Order: sequence, then C-alpha cells, then structure tokens
Amino acid sequence: MTLTLAQMRALLAGDRQADRVVPPTGFTAQLTLFAAGAMAFLAVFALALSLAAGRLADRWGAELAQTATLRIVAPADQRAEQTAAALAVLETTPGVAAARALSDAEQAALLAPWFGAELPLDALPVPRLIEMETERGFDPTGLSLRLAAEVPGAVLDDHGRWRGPLVSAASRLRVLGWVVATLIVAAVAAMVTLAANAALAANAQVIAVLRLVGATDSYIANAFVRRFTLRALSGAAVGVVAGLIAVWLMPTGSAEAPGLLTGIGFQGVGWLVPLLIPLIAALVALIATQTAARRALGGLS
Amino acid sequence: MIELENVAYSSGGGLLLADFSVILAPGPFHFLTGPSGAGKTTFLKLCYGALLPTAGHVRLFEADVRGLGRDDVALIRRRIGVVHQDVQFLDHLPVADNIGLPLTVSGRHADAAGSDLGELMGWVGLEARAAALPPERSGGERQRAALARAVIMSPEVVLADEPTGNVDWDMSQRLLTLLVELNRMGKTVLIATHELSLIRAAKAQVQARVLRIANRRVQLAGADL
Repeated sequence: MTLTLAQMRALLAGDRQADRVVPPTGFTAQLTLFAAGAMAFLAVFALALSLAAGRLADRWGAELAQTATLRIVAPADQRAEQTAAALAVLETTPGVAAARALSDAEQAALLAPWFGAELPLDALPVPRLIEMETERGFDPTGLSLRLAAEVPGAVLDDHGRWRGPLVSAASRLRVLGWVVATLIVAAVAAMVTLAANAALAANAQVIAVLRLVGATDSYIANAFVRRFTLRALSGAAVGVVAGLIAVWLMPTGSAEAPGLLTGIGFQGVGWLVPLLIPLIAALVALIATQTAARRALGGLS
Repeated sequence: MIELENVAYSSGGGLLLADFSVILAPGPFHFLTGPSGAGKTTFLKLCYGALLPTAGHVRLFEADVRGLGRDDVALIRRRIGVVHQDVQFLDHLPVADNIGLPLTVSGRHADAAGSDLGELMGWVGLEARAAALPPERSGGERQRAALARAVIMSPEVVLADEPTGNVDWDMSQRLLTLLVELNRMGKTVLIATHELSLIRAAKAQVQARVLRIANRRVQLAGADL
C-alpha cells in the first residue's frame, strides 16, 4: 500500500464521490482540527525559541571569541615597563589582530560603577589592562607560557571561563527547542493514529460494505487518509498563522540590550521556516493514517 | 467460472462443510438449500472469496483464492454480484448512490453512467426512491436496491443469500422474477434459501439446478425438489 506520486496527486486532488463513502464525523473532525492547530501553535514557539537561542549562542560565541584581556599585575614602578614588554610580545604573537593598553581614564570609567568617578587610580594597586582583538590562529595557552617567561606580572584572560557555560547553555536551549518540535510532531502522529483507529473501528460496517462491492484496500484507506491529512493540514495552517501573529506581537530587545526573552522570534527567511509545519503535519497524518488503515484492514476479514 | 474442489471449511474447531466439489458453470440457475445453520452462507462466502477453505481448492475465474491478495479478491468481486439477507448499505448515502457504489469504488462514477443507473432503478421499481436514505425504505425496497447494486457492474455471477427472508410472499415473487430475468440475460444465478416454496415457484419459470447441504456436504438434490 505504498503511496506513489500519482496516488499522492490523486489524494490531494480529491474525489468527491470517494470522499462521501465514509460518513461525516463532526465532533471527531473538530477535535482533530483543534489538536493539529494547537500543536502547530506550540511548534511555532518551539521553533522561535530554538532559532533565537541559536542566534544568541552564535553571537555570544563570536563576540567573546574575538576578544581577550591581559592584566599587568606588578608594582607601580614596574607596571609601565611590563606593559610595554607585554605589548611587544603581543605584536609578534600570531592570532592577535590588535592590542592596546587602556588609559587611566578608561580604567577609571570601568571602576566608576563600584568606586565612584573620583577614584584616585595612582593611590590604588590597580592592574593595567590590555585589550586584545584576536583572530583565527590565536593560541591562548602558548601566549600564557610565553608571557610567564617574558612578562611575569601578566595574566591572560581569554574569557573562556565564563564564555563556555553561556554558549553551552544557549546551544542546549537550541537543541531543546528542536526536541520540543520533534515531540510535537510525534504527538501529532499519536493523536492522528488514535483518531484514525477510532474512525476505522467505528466504520467497520462501512468497510464491510465497501469490500462487498469490490473496493480495494487502497481505495478504502485513501478515503480515511485523505480526510485526516486534510484535517491536519488545515488545522496546522490555522495554528501556524496564529503562532506567527503571537510571535510577531512579542516585544523585541534593543541592539544595546539583546536578550533571550526579548529576542524570541524569526528573522529574515526564518519567517518561512514555520510554513513547513502544516506540510510536516499533513505528511505525518498521511503516514500515521495509512499505517493505522493498513493494520486495521489487515485485521478485518 | 467458480469451482470448488474437495473443499472443507472449519471454524472454531468445528467442521462446517466437509469434502465437496461443485462447479458453477456459466448460465444455469442454481438453488442452494438446507436448514438454517447448515452452512449456506459459508458456502456463498467461499464462492466470492470472503472465506478461504481449510482444505481443497476454490478457483474464482480460474484463479486459486489462496494465491490472491485482498486487492485481487476485490477486483474479482466486481465480477460477482452479492445480495445478503441482512442488506448492507451505507446508511448516510441515498439509495441511488448506494446502488451506484460498485461503480464509484471502481473509479467509474455513477454520474457518468447515469442512464444505466436510472434504467436499473426503473427495472427494480425504485426510480421514485432515488434520493431516500436506506433506513427510510421498507425491507422489500432495500432488497430490490441490493439486487440493483449487485448487478450494476454487469457481473457474470449473482449470489443471493436468503434474499426473500425478510419480505412477504408477493415481494419474494417479485424478487424471484427479477433474478430469473437476470438468468435469462445470461447471468449465472445462485440463490441460497431454506424456503422450498420459493424453489418450486422458480422451477415453474426456469430450469433450476438444486444443491442441498446435508451432513455438512453439498450435493445435488433429488427429484423431490
């Protein structure tokens, strides 16, 4: 009972006469439509969450991977000398695109939120910070070893300590979104299978009559398959439209304060991804109903 | 056409039909008689592939049913018209659509064959009942509709299982006349019935071969029938 391309075309084109042989089931049809719509609505959010988490992981990873900081922790009289030595080392280090020491004013600005604007930096043992821009080929371990030999007061921070968990969390959130979407698809398959089994059992008499007059199994199965496929397709289409409107109405974050909660949504061609949901729901319904019909028809004499 | 050779059929551990051979050749009018529960319906189901024999061979149009898939059997059923005592219809469809159902499932829509359908409904006297739903019609009208449905594909064989079981004498005579007309058109007809009066009435109109089920065996009946 494999579905060929021609059969699929016939399935979509429909057959008014064939559609009528199975009695209408108003309440079951409405439930199937509602369930498909609700699942599609949830799937839109799962996709939006997954895509947003993916974007966040990529952005955090990219932003943090391109920067590193060097702290020069040395007595005040050696600080300038070691800073110059460190900058000289960085100039010859592969993978370091740029490096510059922060000025006193910039360091004071960094500390201002905690110590106020009038902080006398000269009176405090504040380390000198060197800001680095890194690129492909940067080897933090090799640089640390070289600095330990040539600039004893230098401490390299490539942001890996706090970058890793953040990127990992965002990546897992992305995977979780896809897992949720997959579970929703599986739930649609289970729901359609249950509904199709119920419909086939309730219509055992109809099937007996159809067989008596020479209907083939594929004809009988298609009468049910087409019905459930179209229900899943139309229900999911409504659910996707509702989901897209809901996502579109979500508040968005500014460029200065991007976040996961304010970043849930689609961007560019990402808006087209949810349009696949009704097609997937229809395909799942088609396969689920066909499998249920094959099993049920095989069990009936 | 339909050949049963050394056939036996058992169900639930009990033997229902034992080692018999029957050939339904093209043309003749057959009766199958025997008491209720003798196995008449089982015999008919063997004849249209609804049951497989537990021993022996059933050949439908020269094809052994054991070698046929369900879809093959479905295609063969389009060549065999079946009428049951408990007429089975799709109750949500009008009588005309039920009669045209064999055309629908074979991809030949009843609309395209409207004239045939109309002619057939006239033949069974149901032209005024086309739009009615089956549950709204009487037992006799439903039986005539079932007969029309059984012959709409111009089958070579018509099998009728107690077709007059739920109708009065006048209606059973009317149905019998229709079946005799079919036989005169060249169709092989087999009627399973326990009503000997129906067999005697038929013999007045047509030469009939009578089979009887006795002691789980199908055999040719004697001159007493």
